[in-house]
Amino acid sequence: MSERFFPEFNWHAVFVQPWTEYANSTFWIVLMGFLVSGTCGLVGCFVILRRMALVGDAISHSLLPGITLAFLLTNSRATLPMMIGAVAAGVVTVALIEAIRYSSRIKPDAAIGIVFSSLFAVGVVLISAFADTVDLDAECVLYGELIFVNLADIATIGGVAIGPEPVVRMAVIALIAVALLLIFFKEMLVTSFDSGLAASLGINPTRYQYGLTLFLSIVIVSSFESVGVVLVIAMIIFPGATALLLTDRLPSALWLSTLFSAIYALAGFHLATWLNASIAGAMTVVAGGVFAVVWAAAPNRGLIAHALRKRGMNRPELEPIAPDA
Amino acid sequence: MCRSHPDRPAARRAQTTVWLPSPYFRYALATLAIVVPTLAQAAQISDLAETSWTEQAIEFFSLEQPIVRTAIVGTVLIGFCCGILGSFLVVRKLALLGDTLSHAVLPGVALGFLWNASKDPWAIFIGATAAGVLGVALVGWIKQTTHLKEDSAMGMVLAGFYGLGICMTTMIQNMAMGNKSGLDKFFFGQAAALSSGDIQLLGIISLVTILLVLLFYKEFLAISFDSGFAQTIGMPARALHYGLMALLTFAVVVSLQAVGVVLVSALLITPAAAAFLLTDRMHWMLVLAAAFGMLSGVLGAFISYLSNNLPTGPLIVLGATLIFVLALVFGPRHGLLSKILRRRRQRKRIALENTLKSVFHLCENSQFTRKVFEASELALERNSNLPAIESEIRNLVKSQLAERVAGTNGARLSGQAQFQLTPQGWIRACEIVRNHRLWELYLTNAADYESDHVHDDAEEIEHLLGSDLVRRLEERLQNPIHDPHGRLIPTREQITA
Repeated sequence: MSERFFPEFNWHAVFVQPWTEYANSTFWIVLMGFLVSGTCGLVGCFVILRRMALVGDAISHSLLPGITLAFLLTNSRATLPMMIGAVAAGVVTVALIEAIRYSSRIKPDAAIGIVFSSLFAVGVVLISAFADTVDLDAECVLYGELIFVNLADIATIGGVAIGPEPVVRMAVIALIAVALLLIFFKEMLVTSFDSGLAASLGINPTRYQYGLTLFLSIVIVSSFESVGVVLVIAMIIFPGATALLLTDRLPSALWLSTLFSAIYALAGFHLATWLNASIAGAMTVVAGGVFAVVWAAAPNRGLIAHALRKRGMNRPELEPIAPDA
Repeated sequence: MCRSHPDRPAARRAQTTVWLPSPYFRYALATLAIVVPTLAQAAQISDLAETSWTEQAIEFFSLEQPIVRTAIVGTVLIGFCCGILGSFLVVRKLALLGDTLSHAVLPGVALGFLWNASKDPWAIFIGATAAGVLGVALVGWIKQTTHLKEDSAMGMVLAGFYGLGICMTTMIQNMAMGNKSGLDKFFFGQAAALSSGDIQLLGIISLVTILLVLLFYKEFLAISFDSGFAQTIGMPARALHYGLMALLTFAVVVSLQAVGVVLVSALLITPAAAAFLLTDRMHWMLVLAAAFGMLSGVLGAFISYLSNNLPTGPLIVLGATLIFVLALVFGPRHGLLSKILRRRRQRKRIALENTLKSVFHLCENSQFTRKVFEASELALERNSNLPAIESEIRNLVKSQLAERVAGTNGARLSGQAQFQLTPQGWIRACEIVRNHRLWELYLTNAADYESDHVHDDAEEIEHLLGSDLVRRLEERLQNPIHDPHGRLIPTREQITA
């Protein structure tokens, strides 16, 4: 091999330079990464609890025909039509999955697989068929990359520059997510764990289920341009799954998932700088690494704790049972 | 008293509960509306090509061009393998494991590529298989040692491995030697890109798959449907499971190049799911799934050939989806259409039986002295309007359960039309009333219901009790004479007489 696969590690270039010489863009990229993974993580906690993880995967794939159709119909890459197309695709995906489940004996997992792969195929065919008119790149949708986030358009409110337009947009989505979470926390908590109890309390579980699905597709749409379709799933599942290994309380799981998201964004950025690789990919690698560490070392549920408990159980240390008087 | 309960609400409920999937059926139609034009679109594109449609078809199926031959052989083999292996996934509710696998092999592909910086199928194959097996093992391990559910575990492995793969491929692309073209095929797939080496690999995998499935059919069947049972009778369930997974990984890795990462899972799931809708026997399911897989392979390759610029993978998937939708709608036993027809027949039967029961009540109210009734009397009894009753009577006459009595006082006049039950109709009416009253008695005697709570329940079950169940009820209740409301239960002798 003429070239080394792993570039030389240079402390200065990896950790110092980005924050001194390119401080501006570094800040926005890391912030964007955090906003994406943080928002996904918050929604993801509920997605995991409701065992909808793979529905999220399905939605993220079905967005492709949605945005392609939106593009073909409006002939613009404006945010709003894309958003509507994508959310519509998300709703159609869920409706189709439910339809197949209810009208046949196909199991939900197979229904998910059939629907998302078909819709994705429709999307790819549409893009290839109208390749000369569609200025969309399926690969771009698939991968997305934080480095390509447009930092040049500065959003201003009342003449005051706040920050790059995509980052501001993501921040708004994140704020909405937090606001919704604060407003509906109790309802989401109850419907996630005990839909029977929720129904008896007068909370309609299906309504919240659909609300979550809808919001999930909005979050996925707004995230995919920076992390790509597949890695959105990583950002949705990893923070929550890792947090749920550490705690049994939903509020602390939500806080932990936000903390993990910050770690992913920061560490992912530096890892990508070092390896000269995709930031989204690097964030996922960090997420996988953090999960592996927590999985091994979590105080209660970790592999090590498990092994230690097992050894403790095997040790014949039990005191003899005192006979009753 | 039973009479104090209005018959109608219960009857209406019985009619509405039998029709479940109306909104879902509409969704399904909506999908059709989306999918069909897309396919039509794909076909249309071919018209723009220089030669005509038929000429191209002949050219395609004559298999003269080597590239067409490779594509067809490749897609057929892929469809075959994926159909058979996918059937096991679908019946074990592991459908999305295929999706996980196809994403998880990416870092392996990148590693294989790095091995000698070329698209050497064997190096990539070995790397990808290793990554795939590792991924499947990790899913199992996470599921075993944490409280995370299977879907989260699969999602994590899928996305985590894929992220690692993306990282590695971007690193490769940023290196001087990285020529992108080799790796790109893995994302969308092009059957024409299959090399003869790939075909050889595919052939070997197909052969191994069919051999193993034939040799260990009973074992695979046992672990698929009752893994606990398989273990207790001493089958190496774990080894078989991992054997199946290894085969699956091989198949996924080789299929990647023809259909791409995202769509391999479709080839595993969709043909198998279509087969699952058509049969209840595993061996038939395997045969059908393999056939569907091959058919969609040829279909996709053909349309792709017609349209020049469309990628093969998505078209194969859409072919499979088309087969699935057809099976979903027209399947003889589990299809939507047959379900609708069955429901409609049942609804019609229940409506007929409800009318018959009301006629019986009329007859009973007259102490069994009258046999001929007027439509208006029935309308009063059923608490319904005349046009509805007229059509009910028409249905009875059509089924030869009743006959019109040539009118004395103006038979054609609305509400005055007279009718009586045929002997056949009389038997059915007695049967249904008997079912109803036996069930009421059963609920009060055996299930300790209050006698005023049993009517609604009996109203629904009376249409479903078979003769066998009725006989057992009679035995259990020791051939009763009166129902809980004190009325006579029409006896078997009375029915036949």
